[in-house]
Amino acid sequence: MLGIVASLIDGVLVGSVYGLAAMGLTLIWGVMDVVNLTHGAVIVAGMFALYLLTAALGISPYLALPPVLVGGFAVGVGLYWLAVHRMVGRPPLMSLLSTFAVNLVLIGLGTGIWGTVLFNVPVSLPGLSLGRYTFPGTHILAAVLTAVIAGVLYLFLYRTRYGKAIRAVAGNREAAELVGIPTIRVLSFAFGLGVALAAVSGMLIGTLFPFTVLSGDAYQLKSFIVTVLGGLGSPTGALLGGILLGLIEGVTTPFMPVSWTVVIEFVLFIAVLIAFPSGIFARRRT
Amino acid sequence: MRADPLGAPQLATGVVLFRRPFFWIIAAVIAVFIAAPLWGNDVQLRESLLLATVYITLASNLNIMLGYAGYVNFGSIVFFGLGGYICVYLMSAQAWPLAAATLVAGIAVSVLAYVFGIGILRLRGPFFALSTIGVNEAVKAFVSTFEPWGGSAGLYLSSELFQPLGGPRQALWVIYFLLVAVMGCSLYLSYGIKVSKFGLGLFAIGQNEDAASVLGVPTRRYKALAYSVSAFLPALAGALYFFKSAFIQPSDAFDLSLSTEAMVIAMLGGQGTVTGVAVGAYFYEELRGWLLTSETFSNFQLVIAGTLLLVIVLFLPGGLMGWLYERWPRLKRVLE
Repeated sequence: MLGIVASLIDGVLVGSVYGLAAMGLTLIWGVMDVVNLTHGAVIVAGMFALYLLTAALGISPYLALPPVLVGGFAVGVGLYWLAVHRMVGRPPLMSLLSTFAVNLVLIGLGTGIWGTVLFNVPVSLPGLSLGRYTFPGTHILAAVLTAVIAGVLYLFLYRTRYGKAIRAVAGNREAAELVGIPTIRVLSFAFGLGVALAAVSGMLIGTLFPFTVLSGDAYQLKSFIVTVLGGLGSPTGALLGGILLGLIEGVTTPFMPVSWTVVIEFVLFIAVLIAFPSGIFARRRT
Repeated sequence: MRADPLGAPQLATGVVLFRRPFFWIIAAVIAVFIAAPLWGNDVQLRESLLLATVYITLASNLNIMLGYAGYVNFGSIVFFGLGGYICVYLMSAQAWPLAAATLVAGIAVSVLAYVFGIGILRLRGPFFALSTIGVNEAVKAFVSTFEPWGGSAGLYLSSELFQPLGGPRQALWVIYFLLVAVMGCSLYLSYGIKVSKFGLGLFAIGQNEDAASVLGVPTRRYKALAYSVSAFLPALAGALYFFKSAFIQPSDAFDLSLSTEAMVIAMLGGQGTVTGVAVGAYFYEELRGWLLTSETFSNFQLVIAGTLLLVIVLFLPGGLMGWLYERWPRLKRVLE
């Protein structure tokens, strides 16, 4: 019994990091109606940024967070102008294909350089013991950092002028433009922010689990599930959805072979889309 | 969905099909595929053309969903892999002959696709596209743990199974001609659907699904039917392809990069066109062969495919045929 409680708590810790990744995806989706298929590649980029920074400079893994955040933002703005800007407002399938193409290029470069071998970033943190069970320190710290980032993001979106501009563009782009919001600049900013969140989540996942260049697909799928669980375009919903997914994984993994996880997640994805098209946590519209 | 449909379909009945030049263009292409390697018994050319037939089959059938109905299917390779698995399993474990195993593989995959299709085609646009990745991953995970199919180690065929076809040397020719036949059927199927009422319905769905539904197109049935039809010939191709290699394992059978390439091909040639997709497949196969042999690029094949796709989506959404139609609009009457 205690074992299940322990794996539930660990599920919540890890799930919050999934939530962080999904926040990046859902922000872009909600603001510009673009499904960002570079998401998985960006998560992997965050992992490898962590690996390179710690291996090359020998710094503590958590000091890699600020450079990954800033670098992710810069890369995101670049990606926006390269692949997304011309697609905004066109049929959603076009942006799907263009971001998919960028994803191919990034993953292709990654496999060309690093191959598909497993990488591991050793992090030594004391765990927290609770009876017979020990929660790894990395999981706790990753969840704490996620909570901090989510809090800052919330304050930014709801309390600052620029954050309100982003929400205005998400609500109605034409109306936002009419009241003088520079929509194109807001769009590229939002895309950069979404990519930065994905990169940071990748960096945090890199402190938890070993990874390869191809790990991105699995986390991308998780992000999509979290996004539909939490409702499109809702960062708070994404965090709750991530924790829910973590809980589900925590309950199912002890009883099932690892390769079945993707099957369960996929079935969940379809089932939620059909049963709750606007997300489980969506407020009922009157 | 799209602003400019490529070559709006012109309806035709079966009899009129024979009188159209395009029918004979396809026949000529098939004849060239049969005659070229036979001329001088060129085995190397045959192997390269064999890959081209597989690419053309995959891309043409993907095009029925992508180009006609406007539904992006990232996981079309699942049909190819499942077809291969069913055929190899029936031949190795149940000792079925090739013809029966191939046909059953095709039919089983089609039926499965119809059932799956009814479920996931309730989703639209990006949601459908994402779930197709999931279908492929889920099937791959299932096969990797399914013991009768060898799990992740895969299945082998003994070389004795080539004997009924007249020994390994002759068997390779037989498989090649069968694959050319599958390719020919794919081209005629794409063409036949395009000029039929069914095809018109699919194009209407691609333009605006709600409007199509209001106008009386049975959208759900048409979509599931298109999904199922586009599964049949790739399954046959997969069955023949993996019979030829006499070995199948999950990572080869459900290799997402192959369905990615099929999508690049369809966009390169021009989504929604029959000619463009076939020409695109041929050129992509040649380009790929060249890249694989070149030292600098052999590791960066996906990078090239991705760059190609990005350039097409950004600057040439109509692909090769879109560009040709724009310059010579009269081409639309001859080349579908």
